[in-house]
Amino acid sequence: MNSNLGPGNRRRQQPYDGAVVCAPVTVPYTRFSPESAHWWTGAALASVAKVSGLGPRDIDGFCFSSFTSGPDTVVGMTQHLGLSPRWIDHIPTGGASGVMAIRRAARAVQSGDAEVVACVAADTNQIDSFRMGLNGFSRFSQDATYPYGFGGPNGTFALITDNFMREFGVRREDFAKLCVAQRSNALSNPYALMKKPLTFEQYMSARVISDPVQLFDCVMPCAGAEAFVVTTPEKAESLGLSYAAVRATIERHNAFPEDTVQTRGGWVMDIDELWSAADLTPHDMHMVQVYDDYPVIVAMQISDLGFCNKQALPQFIADNEFTIDGSLPLNTNGGQLSAGQAGAAGGFQNVTEGLRQILHEPLGEQIPDAKRALISGFGLVNYDRGICCGAAVLEQQHLSPAGGRGSDVNAGHSPTVGTTGQGAKP
Amino acid sequence: MTAPLLPPKRKDPLKRTRAGHVPPNLRSRAAKALAVRAGLGEFALQHCTSCDNTTWPPRDRCPLCWAELNFHTVVNGATIVAETTIRTSTDLFFKEHLPWRIGTARLDAGPVAIVHLHGDVSQGDRVRMRLMLDRGGNPALFALPEQDTDHMADDSQLRVFTANPKHRRVLVTDGRNAVGRAVAKAMAQAEARTVFLGNADPTMRFPGDDTDIVQADWVHLDVTDTRSVNELAKQLGGRIDIVINTAGMVREGGAAFGGKLTDLQTAMDVNVSGLMRLIQAFAPAMSGRSDDGVNAAAAFVDVSSVYGLTGRAGYAGMAATAAARLSLIAGLRGEMQRTGIRVATVLAGPLDDEWHQSVPPPKVPPVQVARAVTDALMNGLETVCAGEVAKDVLARFQADPLLTIREENL
Repeated sequence: MNSNLGPGNRRRQQPYDGAVVCAPVTVPYTRFSPESAHWWTGAALASVAKVSGLGPRDIDGFCFSSFTSGPDTVVGMTQHLGLSPRWIDHIPTGGASGVMAIRRAARAVQSGDAEVVACVAADTNQIDSFRMGLNGFSRFSQDATYPYGFGGPNGTFALITDNFMREFGVRREDFAKLCVAQRSNALSNPYALMKKPLTFEQYMSARVISDPVQLFDCVMPCAGAEAFVVTTPEKAESLGLSYAAVRATIERHNAFPEDTVQTRGGWVMDIDELWSAADLTPHDMHMVQVYDDYPVIVAMQISDLGFCNKQALPQFIADNEFTIDGSLPLNTNGGQLSAGQAGAAGGFQNVTEGLRQILHEPLGEQIPDAKRALISGFGLVNYDRGICCGAAVLEQQHLSPAGGRGSDVNAGHSPTVGTTGQGAKP
Repeated sequence: MTAPLLPPKRKDPLKRTRAGHVPPNLRSRAAKALAVRAGLGEFALQHCTSCDNTTWPPRDRCPLCWAELNFHTVVNGATIVAETTIRTSTDLFFKEHLPWRIGTARLDAGPVAIVHLHGDVSQGDRVRMRLMLDRGGNPALFALPEQDTDHMADDSQLRVFTANPKHRRVLVTDGRNAVGRAVAKAMAQAEARTVFLGNADPTMRFPGDDTDIVQADWVHLDVTDTRSVNELAKQLGGRIDIVINTAGMVREGGAAFGGKLTDLQTAMDVNVSGLMRLIQAFAPAMSGRSDDGVNAAAAFVDVSSVYGLTGRAGYAGMAATAAARLSLIAGLRGEMQRTGIRVATVLAGPLDDEWHQSVPPPKVPPVQVARAVTDALMNGLETVCAGEVAKDVLARFQADPLLTIREENL
């Protein structure tokens, strides 16, 4: 790793003044869909229009992420959906795409390259498109992963989990607590695909998929779309939208290539900068919305983002509840493990859920008095490990007196506002 | 310890035959280059021309210094760091072969790789790595126990990467020559369930028929007679798992001097058209049974002259038929890769027989050809040399093909 640009040796991140994030929307997921990624992208933009009043002519920046839009990229999508943006970006980082969309769009808005950036992640899930998608996922996977039993991501993450458990003394019982908590969070989310409670016993005795990964360690692939808008505070206010500030962000790709098996992500290289740029600590966070393709990655993020070291993970997990009304609320929409994994939208749902919670327009239950969210993304198992890592600290900046038009799409789920913010138990 | 593989029970004809799918087969050009090394039985990986770094997965540039890569034979030790047993797969081949064990290996050569695990290997173990060809002809890393274990060749995952003759039914096409008889004996030793041995004309005696006795089921097979080949395929085609073509005709003679057109025509009929008749009669039925359990159809092996690569002064016509044979086999390999049947060539130097009387030693005794055939099947190889001459010609040909052609003909 090139130490010239390592921590402590680089320019300090400039603040994101003048750019805010607003209008989070979720198009309800379906297990399978005969529709295209284009259809789902259009559905996400229609939802944005509904909450913000923005039409095709009002959007001058478009940031897009999808695995299934082929052969189209963001370029094809502009013509397909009638946009004439002066700034576009196509983000191929999957599970890390939401954080990266915030970073890129916020800088575009801040610099005046665009004023209203619609950030959309959309993926369909046609019958067999998961298998076909795996086939063509990456060159290293084609050459050196999939021909080895074709366990898909389950096989790769089983190796990571096997090693992680041995290395740090983390047990399946610890993962169970995370998964059970996320399921209980999902129960108030009307869009979650998993609607039944999950017990500790069900988790522990579930069918083995690829040892030690069992059924409830795996996400359910599905179709869906997520979107949000990055714009100026003035514009957001004129649209009557609640909005959040971006306190700090980081991203890192292909960190620690020398590690035999992945036990840490790129966050470790930059985490001090995240907290110092945000001028906050992990314990100031009212929730964590982390990428959850597998519970081992949730545990890895909790540690790499600064909550505890890896040896302390079992104790940290034992000491916290991770539920909406408990300490350190985690993936409060249920995460992908309980709400479903809609391709690249899985890398956006952590952003939209975090935003909804701090803007007090949740899909399900509200974290009492939540103002700050830590969002973390993780994406692209190019070969044997996730390559793309990113994190963002978002903070409530303005609540629209109208309660945000977001209540239109989220009808029927009025927020319950509590009185105390709750951080993690130290 | 691997449980010894039991002979399969007689198959219920009403039971479904498992379709012969192959594992995912999309590969980069760099991976295909590794397949060539795997087919030769080499443990070769990509190596940086500038900084000595050995790399995996297959790349097109060094990830440390961006210089170009070439292929080097490297040490084959490794340690298994993590392992998993895959119990669900969406792939049409693997879903029929679950559970399937893989691991993460730290190779002594440097890189980390996801590898197939032999049943006698688990997390923490030191292993011997092999670069092997999968059923689709693609390269794969396979971890074997560091020391041989009992019945290790019977491991169910390893069997997928070989065409091990054990419990299989083998057709050796020509027992009238000593090579065919030596191959038949080797197959019996390798625990083939049945060895069928061809005889083009059972009414005619042949040299050695009274002294060189083979335990085999003799069958009438004349590769120059389409009806004879098709008749045998009708009788046995559905239960032949391995075909080994030992039929061949050699006559001395150049192109302008000493060669006879009639010899060339006969040699073409035996060596080339004969091979084509065998392929057409047996390959489709084998393709349909490539994943049919312990005695699934597995391989087609052709014994040919190494001079098919280069031509050969004094044997121009014979070399021309060998060249045609190699081309035919290359085409067959491409087709069979889609159906899970291995296609191998044994490249033989001049045989120690009456048709090579004027060739100086070293010459190839029949048993050396038999060993090469066994090696190809037991290790799932594509190209195996029989004898020192073949090894020498192939090595020179790999280094400089046009120079080798010149050397062999001028």
